[in-house]
Amino acid sequence: MAEPKTMFDKIWDSHLVEEKDDGTCIIYIDRQIIHEITSAQAFDGLRDAGRKPRDPGANLLVPDHNVPTTPGRGGIDEIENEDSRVQLEVFDRNAKEFGLPYIPINDVRQGIVHVIGPEQGFTQPGLTLVCGDSHTATHGALGALAFGIGTSEVEHVLATQTLLQKPSKNMRITVNGTPRECVTAKDIILAIIGKIGTAGGTGCVIEYAGEAIENMSIEGRMTVCNMTIEGGARAGLVAPDEKTFEYLKGRPMAPKGAAWEQAVEYWKTLRSDPGAKYDIEVELDASEIEPYVSWGTSPEMVAPIGSVVPNPADIADEAKRSTVEGALKYMGIEAGMKLTDIHVDKVFIGSCTNSRIEDMRAAAAVAKGRKVADSVYAMVVPGSGLVKEQAEAEGLDKIFVEAGFDWREPGCSMCLGMNGDMLQPGERSASTSNRNFQGRQGPGGRTHLVSPAMAAAAAVTGHLTDVRELTAEAAE
Amino acid sequence: MEKFENISGVAAPMPDHNIDTDRIIPARFLKTIKRTGLGVNLFNDIRYKDDGSEVEDFVLNQPAYRKAEVLVAGDNFGCGSSREHAPWALKDFGIKCVISTSFADIFFNNSFKNGLLLIRVTPAQRDALLEDAKKGANARIGIDLENQKIIRPDGEEIDFEVDPFRKHCLLEGLDDIGITLQSEDKISSYEDKRKSQMPWLQGAQL
Ligand code: SF4
Repeated sequence: MAEPKTMFDKIWDSHLVEEKDDGTCIIYIDRQIIHEITSAQAFDGLRDAGRKPRDPGANLLVPDHNVPTTPGRGGIDEIENEDSRVQLEVFDRNAKEFGLPYIPINDVRQGIVHVIGPEQGFTQPGLTLVCGDSHTATHGALGALAFGIGTSEVEHVLATQTLLQKPSKNMRITVNGTPRECVTAKDIILAIIGKIGTAGGTGCVIEYAGEAIENMSIEGRMTVCNMTIEGGARAGLVAPDEKTFEYLKGRPMAPKGAAWEQAVEYWKTLRSDPGAKYDIEVELDASEIEPYVSWGTSPEMVAPIGSVVPNPADIADEAKRSTVEGALKYMGIEAGMKLTDIHVDKVFIGSCTNSRIEDMRAAAAVAKGRKVADSVYAMVVPGSGLVKEQAEAEGLDKIFVEAGFDWREPGCSMCLGMNGDMLQPGERSASTSNRNFQGRQGPGGRTHLVSPAMAAAAAVTGHLTDVRELTAEAAE
Repeated sequence: MEKFENISGVAAPMPDHNIDTDRIIPARFLKTIKRTGLGVNLFNDIRYKDDGSEVEDFVLNQPAYRKAEVLVAGDNFGCGSSREHAPWALKDFGIKCVISTSFADIFFNNSFKNGLLLIRVTPAQRDALLEDAKKGANARIGIDLENQKIIRPDGEEIDFEVDPFRKHCLLEGLDDIGITLQSEDKISSYEDKRKSQMPWLQGAQL
């Protein structure tokens, strides 16, 4: 009998075009999503070399990183910042010049690349999908081998539909058990990164498995796969199942009719074979995970909300100690202080990690009937125009607005400090995004990563809060 | 791409671990539509104060390191965002080689595609090279890619590994796309096979 294979091995093998003597492989890339900030130089490269996209229909273009999210925003020509406007104009021109499928800024389908890929059915199990953005790992939630690439590689894929790669190692993270109340996909992935560290998955593709992952919604799986890169791995994978098929069925770019049946048959063959071998195995028990927050400047600097800021003096390794000391200094917090004593100035609910309809619902459930604290500015930024529409149909926008949140247009927004939504120096946020690096949300800004429900809780109390206290209060 | 030449120059020490690409080039500088000109904003937020003046004790602002060609860095250099602006900014500043114990995967690929050599060494070797680098202008570090050697200021040589294909591309200044297109026929026959085996992937419409 053939060697049992992992899901990664199966997808890799089925996309191998050529293996060279030194082990470098040409891998076929089925699909690419392209956004404005990592593509201008790639299109210039094509033009300079007189090359054309090999398969225009394999691409999908959408602006997200650098678009304003101001309610009622206009078109590109109304963008005030000149560099931003030029970047979006160039993107628009490139989309048209090269004849590529394109969702422009004020199309209702516009949104964050990693929200709209699955939403449009562009992302499907078993295919290889890339984007010039490291959170492309998100798409692995549907069973696609999806990873982030740089601009030179964007150009390489446009010109050749392939990439030069070497196979990754196989890592499996099994999350057993049932999570406690208010513990979400976000808390689980933060706990995983806390355990394996930001370089724990370097060189690997991480397959997420176990009861907690199987029972998770597709949106939740996307949140988990999204932050795979924060654990150092380029791609995350979850085996496609009935939930995946249900999610995809009827999406605009999903297969239809007989092709659908044929595709599903194939997708069912993708899960790892029993007995497949992994280079690294990690196990967690979901029932032991508490709501998590990050306290430092790296996504591995996380702790359960009920704990205190760690003390560098307790760390033996000198380099680690000085990294933690630097982080506390940057964050403006003291060793030993309770995490719930950390006050926030801004709350950001959005980003490709947590801006889907479920995230909106979870945040709204906490916001309902409460008010944003006077000292806090809070914003909700849906991941796409369609998420926004759905949320409005459910009346979630009203809940947010009544509570004092800003309800905005879709885009990356304050996940990264570039499009006008930013932290000011010294300001502190509770944010549902994925990176708490120094200056990520604006120079001098301080970020605490949390789930949507925890972000809403911080917004109403003005400090990091265990959301379970609010829900318990409400139940009384 | 220009060919990679041997280096003999000053190396700047950056011992912090997990130096991420947001630190290397903050997001607000990604509005550019060019590959060049990012060197002035390399490490912007730790290199300059709010008023635009230089942070004196930041390593690349010190006289000895203003023209550094090599960085010796803490573990997991280049983690985070996939922005190729990070190697562009390093190259534009004049950095030609970064030495560390480990690099993030995407940054690793992006760097080689831009002629920036990344060398992995053991933690002990890295620590020794950090000590060398701290001597500033008095200590020149040599990089010989052809023979895969780092030459310490005292003449001691450290051998390093590099992927043969990447080495070849760096030394010859080769463009990946051209190399891949030599396999056109194989790509075409893969596409024919995919058409018959996975027909649902053809021609998806928005
Ligand atoms: S939301 Fe943030 S992490 Fe996601 S694609 Fe946009 S900038 Fe990147």
